[in-house]
Amino acid sequence: MSIIVYAESWEGKFRKSTFEAVSYAKKISELFQTNVKSISIGNVEEDELKKLSNYGSASIESFPNISKSDGKSVAEIITDQAKSANLIIFSNTFNAKSIAPRVSSRIMAGLITNVISSVDDKDNLSFNRQAFSSKAIETIKLNSEKGVICISPNSFEIVESATAYEININQKNLENDIKVSGKDVNKGKISLSEAEIIVSAGRGLKGPENWNMIEELADELGAATACSKPVSDIGWRPHSEHVGQTGKAVAPNLYIAIGISGAIQHLAGVNSSKVMVAINTDPEAPFFKAADYGIIGDAFEVVPKLIEEIKKFRNN
Amino acid sequence: MKILVCISSVPDTTSKINFIENNTKFDNNGIQFVINPYDEFGLTKAVMIKESNQASITVVSVGDSSVEPILRKALAIGADNAVRINLKPQDSYSTAQEIANHIKSSSYDLIIAGKESSDYNSGAVPGMVADMLDIPFVNACNGMSFNNDTVLLTREIDGGIENIESKLPLIIGGQKGLVEESELKIPNMRGIMTARSKPLEVIEPNGNTILTKSTSFKKPAIKGDCKMIDENNVSELINELHNVAKVI
Repeated sequence: MSIIVYAESWEGKFRKSTFEAVSYAKKISELFQTNVKSISIGNVEEDELKKLSNYGSASIESFPNISKSDGKSVAEIITDQAKSANLIIFSNTFNAKSIAPRVSSRIMAGLITNVISSVDDKDNLSFNRQAFSSKAIETIKLNSEKGVICISPNSFEIVESATAYEININQKNLENDIKVSGKDVNKGKISLSEAEIIVSAGRGLKGPENWNMIEELADELGAATACSKPVSDIGWRPHSEHVGQTGKAVAPNLYIAIGISGAIQHLAGVNSSKVMVAINTDPEAPFFKAADYGIIGDAFEVVPKLIEEIKKFRNN
Repeated sequence: MKILVCISSVPDTTSKINFIENNTKFDNNGIQFVINPYDEFGLTKAVMIKESNQASITVVSVGDSSVEPILRKALAIGADNAVRINLKPQDSYSTAQEIANHIKSSSYDLIIAGKESSDYNSGAVPGMVADMLDIPFVNACNGMSFNNDTVLLTREIDGGIENIESKLPLIIGGQKGLVEESELKIPNMRGIMTARSKPLEVIEPNGNTILTKSTSFKKPAIKGDCKMIDENNVSELINELHNVAKVI
């Protein structure tokens, strides 16, 4: 028996969500008195691979020749490695969603995504997950011997737990199922699903030319930027920034909503945020009922002040 | 080209969510059901493909008779025929199995699903179908065009976009970008009239392996009051976020 983690990497580096998944797996492995085995796909240097052991991975299997974009190949590798595993842990990323369902189907292991709870009884493999775009929490029980669990990013702590480890580099090759012909990655931008702070703006900004101050505020806070549905529909911002019921569901530590009224569909995608701040000219905006902090005021006056204050705060 | 569009019947996005029977079941009372928004982008895309190429569109939904109105709506939007698999979905695996069985018996070239349903948000079915049929799967797909027998696709990845080339048969998990919101087709009177006479076939399920079981629901804790801060005293917000909420 072991617990397997898909240790996702981006351009050869692991991210916070990877370490969250390893920490999560480590905690469950203690319950089962077993080890955590990580599977790394694509070219990752040994120094980087080693980091997985800091969070409790005793065995690290690296497959440098496999492409993470090829869901079928990755599923095949994980399935091979999962023969003696009872749980396979993923962070709930776009990439995981291309792989985990295939693994689940292949080994007949129940798949549970958007997971926000851990397990504390090994005889009761029940998990809480976000459903109805965060308007509800669903409890799901595995009805299979094995399970594939995708945990929500930014929902679990990274826990240091230095462990003796071994690294195996596997030179296996597999034929690709699909061909990746190009890629366009926003370098240096924080991804929305992983962001600890999100600065989001809506129609109250009046036009795409006014997003400079939103980006400046985000930069000062080390935050990702997001937007409401109308803003993405009219093309002021890319679809990838749309958070809400039909866009992305996010769960940062801090969500700052500027000029967003707070329609039920928008709140559904963001109300798992730990702290929410609403800035709006309309004192009746529904967002004030959902937020922890509110400022009634014009974004064009409040945001520059906020940027100034954050600069001062950073300098102290 | 034979296209299959998988659609799911979901509560309208403005719905208030409640549960009944000791929080074990979703409360349908007063809920308006609609085509899952992610599937709607895919359905419109299928109709556009049909308009510019030779194609037939079948829509399939796994569910009891309560899903028939959305199948009729899909027919009114432009699908040619509809299939209902008579099983109330219990988990992703059994739903995927039914869809995969139907695809095996009818051999489609292109299968379009949504990246997830807006109710349970699992995003599991299309990837499972891909595995069961051993065909390529492109998730979070936000662009699709054809170049002879190659399908050119774009998909969202964390922090960017990836361009993919694939052969048919293929299954995608679609989302906005496949078509724009403004391009979504609304059924017109003629569509609604002809939809009535288009075939809607009901087929019985033939397997029922369940790998997960939904046991209960709860609603997230209600937030406390919103603390209002004066717009001329923004430094207080910074102070609160740093010292009280400890998020910066």
